[in-house]
Amino acid sequence: MEAIMESHYIRVLPFLFEGLVWTLIITGVGLFFGFILGAIFGMGRLSKNKLVYGISSIYVEALRGTPILAQILFIYFGLPDLLGFNIDKISASIIAISLNAGAYIAEIVRGAVYSIDKGQSEAGRSIGLTRSQTMRYIIWPQAFKRMIPPLGNQFVISLKDTSLFSVIAVGELLYMGQQYYGTTFAAFEALTMVCLLYLAITVPTALYLRKVERRLDV
Amino acid sequence: MSEMITVNNLHKSFGKNEVLKGIDMKVKEQEVVCVIGPSGSGKSTLLRCLNLLEEVTSGDVFIEGDNLTGKNVNINEVRTRVGMVFQHFNLFPHMTVMENITIGPMKIKKVSKEQARKEAIPILRKVGLEEKADVYPESLSGGQKQRVAIARSLAMNPKIMLFDEPTSALDPELVGDVLEVMKDLGKEGMTMVVVTHEMGFAREMGDRVIFMDEGVIMEEDIPENLFGNPQHERTREFLSKVL
Repeated sequence: MEAIMESHYIRVLPFLFEGLVWTLIITGVGLFFGFILGAIFGMGRLSKNKLVYGISSIYVEALRGTPILAQILFIYFGLPDLLGFNIDKISASIIAISLNAGAYIAEIVRGAVYSIDKGQSEAGRSIGLTRSQTMRYIIWPQAFKRMIPPLGNQFVISLKDTSLFSVIAVGELLYMGQQYYGTTFAAFEALTMVCLLYLAITVPTALYLRKVERRLDV
Repeated sequence: MSEMITVNNLHKSFGKNEVLKGIDMKVKEQEVVCVIGPSGSGKSTLLRCLNLLEEVTSGDVFIEGDNLTGKNVNINEVRTRVGMVFQHFNLFPHMTVMENITIGPMKIKKVSKEQARKEAIPILRKVGLEEKADVYPESLSGGQKQRVAIARSLAMNPKIMLFDEPTSALDPELVGDVLEVMKDLGKEGMTMVVVTHEMGFAREMGDRVIFMDEGVIMEEDIPENLFGNPQHERTREFLSKVL
């Protein structure tokens, strides 16, 4: 028993839990803002206004077309050069997740809203609801249901993406594991536990999503 | 009786495809006008221009004297006076029957929820679905759905009702209930424009029947004349196929 408690598998855990907390904070806050961005630019992608559509499309394509690793380096090292002030690591990470997930969520929002039958908005408009009332009361509630599974999927993707922020030494889960084996050389034990902790979040999420999907399917 | 709907030289194109090629029509208060014709003749498009669900390419549409193609028209306000019933019902699936009916009065006329529900009950009774107030549309038959759709429009207290092939998506045995509700409405004096393939309904309820073909009104008359003694070859041809 003592041997187990003394092993690297256990001794690494306090570090990893600290990292996991940051991973979850960055993912959670990042996705919160990412959803706002996604909702705005997703609706922009459905706009008939060419300027709004154009700006939204540039955002989506630019962020989906570049690696998130380049994005985080750009935000953390690149932007301060231009702006003349530094951005702290956690803020940079949250901004990177928000912008990156926002682009993918924009496509989720666009797809879900677009998938609602045109007759729904016609029925709303024909009783006299305005365009925005129709969106709010008729289209959005139906579209949001369809967004839940892909949003959950995006959560899993973004959660894993936060591991890339170890390159700017953000104290997230993977970075904390690296720190541990940097001093103890117990890379196998540390990385095993890192992966198990990622799985402890992603697998239940995936299972839960499958359940939700089945329920929405009827 | 005053003009409820006036259409002057209405043209509608989808890209290069001209669907309506100069339509003139008038509908008087309390009149029931049935529009018949082969598919692709433009009758649904004409109907959808009457509440601007389709943008008009050129020409004018007046509803109770308001020019819908004019600059100062508040189309949302006009639409509260013009109910529309669709072929595929288009009920809101995330709302109960009661919510489907009360959303218009609550959000547009700012009626309180209690008041809206109170006013919805006689309307539900009229379409024979009082006991279905709290169910979701998915549990209703097609005929019941269409009657809820009619009730949803009536809740706005419209002056005009537009029907776009309201029975075409229904199983034959469910058509009757919907037609009954429409007949009651017509008898109560509702101004109605009905695009339909139900020749029996057109013959019985139509004050006037319009036959459309290839984007124009070929012929219009009282049902006895249009069905009994059609003037145009195209009308005769169409009627011989459907009757």
